[in-house]
Amino acid sequence: MPIFFEKKQLVTPGELLAEGDYQPGENTYMEENKIYAQRIGLVDAENKRVNVVALRAFYVPKVGDIVIGTVTEVGFNGWTIDIRSPYAAILRASEVLSRPFKPQNDELSQVLNAGDLIVAKIASYDRAHDPQLTVGEPGLGKITRGQIMRVTPTKIPRVIGRKGSMISNIKQETGCQIILGVNGVILVTGKTPADEELAMMAIRKIEEESHTSGLTDRISQLLKEEKSKMEENKT
Amino acid sequence: MNDKPEKLIDKKGIRLDGRKADELRPVKIQVGVLPNADGSAYIEHGKNKILVGVFGPREMHPKHLSQSDRMVIRCRYHMAPFSVQERKSPAPSRREVELSKVIRESLEPSVFVDLYPRTGIDIFIEVLQADGGTRCASITAASLAIADAGIPLRDLVVACAAGKIDDTVVLDLYDAEDKLGVADVPVAYMPNLNAVTLLQMDGVLSPDEFESAVNMAVEGCKKIYIMQKEVLRNKYMVVKEEAEE
Repeated sequence: MPIFFEKKQLVTPGELLAEGDYQPGENTYMEENKIYAQRIGLVDAENKRVNVVALRAFYVPKVGDIVIGTVTEVGFNGWTIDIRSPYAAILRASEVLSRPFKPQNDELSQVLNAGDLIVAKIASYDRAHDPQLTVGEPGLGKITRGQIMRVTPTKIPRVIGRKGSMISNIKQETGCQIILGVNGVILVTGKTPADEELAMMAIRKIEEESHTSGLTDRISQLLKEEKSKMEENKT
Repeated sequence: MNDKPEKLIDKKGIRLDGRKADELRPVKIQVGVLPNADGSAYIEHGKNKILVGVFGPREMHPKHLSQSDRMVIRCRYHMAPFSVQERKSPAPSRREVELSKVIRESLEPSVFVDLYPRTGIDIFIEVLQADGGTRCASITAASLAIADAGIPLRDLVVACAAGKIDDTVVLDLYDAEDKLGVADVPVAYMPNLNAVTLLQMDGVLSPDEFESAVNMAVEGCKKIYIMQKEVLRNKYMVVKEEAEE
């Protein structure tokens, strides 16, 4: 039962990873008792399970995920939302109005119009049906202020960090509120545009160097340096 | 230039462009060259220059073309008007329509199409300069562009041609050899699975010659595959090294 890789090795699609008594995990597949990689990424084995952490991927909806989307179309009884995935999401009108929806009384475009951004949760999704969204929870709904940035969806866990260490660090240093959409869209809301700019710069650095070690320390150092620079400029 | 030379390959086994019989043209590949596409690649295979962009997986438009159980792959092979000596009309020719289909079918077995039903991917191949063997170079680059888009693959697809000039079987024919030679055998291949996804022949070969041509093409594919992997790795290694400094 040999393994053909070193821990955290960079692999390409089709590379042979393991043979025999192993289970194919994320981004891998099995054929004739051999496990191969499906995507470009870093391999790791955990209890006989071979996983590849993808460096390039797109967002696939999962029930319970918090996502940030753009309204693309106002329909008869709901909206179509672009959540940067292969499937467009649906948001029903009754979901937003929290009362029975009557087409003759309500003008949907006055509630949400094309181009509006929303924070929502995936309520249902399977292979045969497009994902449905819900906004019936605190913290969800239309976005009114802040700045939006986009990263590769696979890098969101890295922005969160181990037990949320990375993200809480950025929040603390910049005083910004940050909402991470699992689909790779990030909302940054701060007191001043400069604070938001700083938080976004840190996140962009994480995205670029996500597959390197010791990143949390480098980011907090960067944030401290930039902050002291900003202070100097003020005085 | 238009006169047929007496011999395409001399007594010492050296071809018109100075290569040996089993020698590839120089290959240079880049990935992620187009920021507006989801995945992209650029290949220089000898004098061929080909740019590939991949979009998707995304919702199919028009919607009736989508399949409820699988992902649809669309492919457009196109030659720029300035890619050949005599201006080529930019309208799709019969040859381009056929090559689009052939390239799509050689890439399809490598993609996990049943993973994302009701979606589609679009592959756009632009030949900027052509010098024989563009279908093979296009397949090599398109497979990299698909991997760069983060679409799950069984294996990368590599393609390379072999053929016969005068009375010798040779690897990787260029334009003059293709036109004046006896036969051309393009092969697309998935090295890790040892599977052939495209096999064509134009010309006449004996069964023995055909076999040695296919084997030679597969060996050529394996050489290009090493470069393909190298290029994908390097794209992410560069970032790693910068950060470690």
